[in-house]
Amino acid sequence: MPSDWQPSCTMELLKLRARLLGQIREFFAGRNVLEVETPLLGHGMGTDPQLDFFTSQYDLPPKRQTLFLQTSPEFAMKRLLAAGSGSIFQICKAFRNGEAGRYHNPEFTLLEWYRIGFDLTRLMDEVEALFAVLMADLGLGPTERIGYRDAFFARTGLDPLAFDFASYSSYAEAEGLPEAADLCGNDPVLWLDFLFSHRVQPSLGDNVLTLIYDYPACQSSLARLNAENPLVTERVELFINGVELGNGYHELAEPAEQEQRFDRELALRRQRGLPVAGKDQRLLAALDSGLPDCSGIAIGLDRLLMLLSKSPAIDDVLAFPIGKA
Amino acid sequence: MAVYSTSEFRSGLKVMIDNDPYAIIENEFVKPGKGQAFNRVKIRNLKTGRVIERTFKSGETLEGADVVDVEMQYLYNDGEFRHFMVNDTFEQYQADEKIVGDAAQWLKDQDMCTVTLWNDSPLGVTPGNFVELEIVETDPGVRGDTSGGGGKPAKLATGAVVRVPLFVQTGEVIKVDTRTGEYISRVKE
Repeated sequence: MPSDWQPSCTMELLKLRARLLGQIREFFAGRNVLEVETPLLGHGMGTDPQLDFFTSQYDLPPKRQTLFLQTSPEFAMKRLLAAGSGSIFQICKAFRNGEAGRYHNPEFTLLEWYRIGFDLTRLMDEVEALFAVLMADLGLGPTERIGYRDAFFARTGLDPLAFDFASYSSYAEAEGLPEAADLCGNDPVLWLDFLFSHRVQPSLGDNVLTLIYDYPACQSSLARLNAENPLVTERVELFINGVELGNGYHELAEPAEQEQRFDRELALRRQRGLPVAGKDQRLLAALDSGLPDCSGIAIGLDRLLMLLSKSPAIDDVLAFPIGKA
Repeated sequence: MAVYSTSEFRSGLKVMIDNDPYAIIENEFVKPGKGQAFNRVKIRNLKTGRVIERTFKSGETLEGADVVDVEMQYLYNDGEFRHFMVNDTFEQYQADEKIVGDAAQWLKDQDMCTVTLWNDSPLGVTPGNFVELEIVETDPGVRGDTSGGGGKPAKLATGAVVRVPLFVQTGEVIKVDTRTGEYISRVKE
């Protein structure tokens, strides 16, 4: 008989998780945000070339269909918004193939919510209010809001909006990252991913919640371009103690622009030989009928639990991580 | 040789990087929610012992390094090379001082040790965790002291110098932990 039937996390953590879910539901109930459920298994999938989906078979004779486990509930939730749901939130599982590590389990729990009529600033205000409740026990310092460009420049001396191979690679060389030049080549997007995750992110949110906003346009597929500066998008990311906790947008509502971004991602997928994804036509139709002006954000609850319980690995907060699932 | 993808990286895996054999010590999956996934690994160069960090794009592959640890008997030193033998096959290997390194001070004829082979040539030598060696030189201890407090240096037959209790004398055989270089006990003949 297998000896690994026992859960990975303690009974204390089961209680901590239950308390967290209760606090979230109470928070949104108090603000009249409706809790919804959308399918985990669906016909559509995200096109983001960085996210790998799980594929499954749906047998309903005489038909056999390919369905996908959702990498995020975003598209289905936007269809609800376009249909007139008003502000909504959801706590659900999301699935990302091939992602496993200290901070990753291929099946994980997300909190995702959308606020009608909110711009990114109001969304950040709400995130701050929610974290004040959920993370009260951590005694965090006052929340920081820093533009991506400033955060990047302060730590690297480089301008993320003006890529220059010579200065980027000499910085990496001096920082003990000689492999960066080969690995990133002339791809500014890859350089930003590399330098941000190696030299910027680790020092973000030192016992405070840090909100990084105004991401470079090349770094966001579903956010609006900033009206005053089209080089950046209305995207925000959350960090505490160097851990990425969530990602939000002032949502792109323009169907033509959305379809163009889909096409660009599909072209990238073909170029890299990744599994072919289809455009979610139902999402495009929903945007076409009109997505209300809104902002939305997703937060990884397992990582919040890691911080709350000071656990070094995601396996410590999951009942049954993938190895035991 | 096998080829390993980043998802197969595990502590202990031996791979080739820049034409040198390395052992993976730690592997961390680094992935921004909306961005490229990386594997940040801590690796030890098996030729130099140096530990460095290196990042790979997730999905990249590395060639495995043909590195194996083999139990061998230490035979003798001919002045230039140390000679080792695999007892089962009588196959012999030789390694110079550069390869044997610090292990030399613990190698006694006939003792078993671990020789790390890369493409069938010695890359390094690890002595057994404990060796028994004769003291060839140490100051006479204070008579009556049996506590071992304080201690004094003692030179062993292989050239190593370890701290021993005052009551231990020249000509005695002692047991030493080669990982720390510490005296463990006297060995009764």
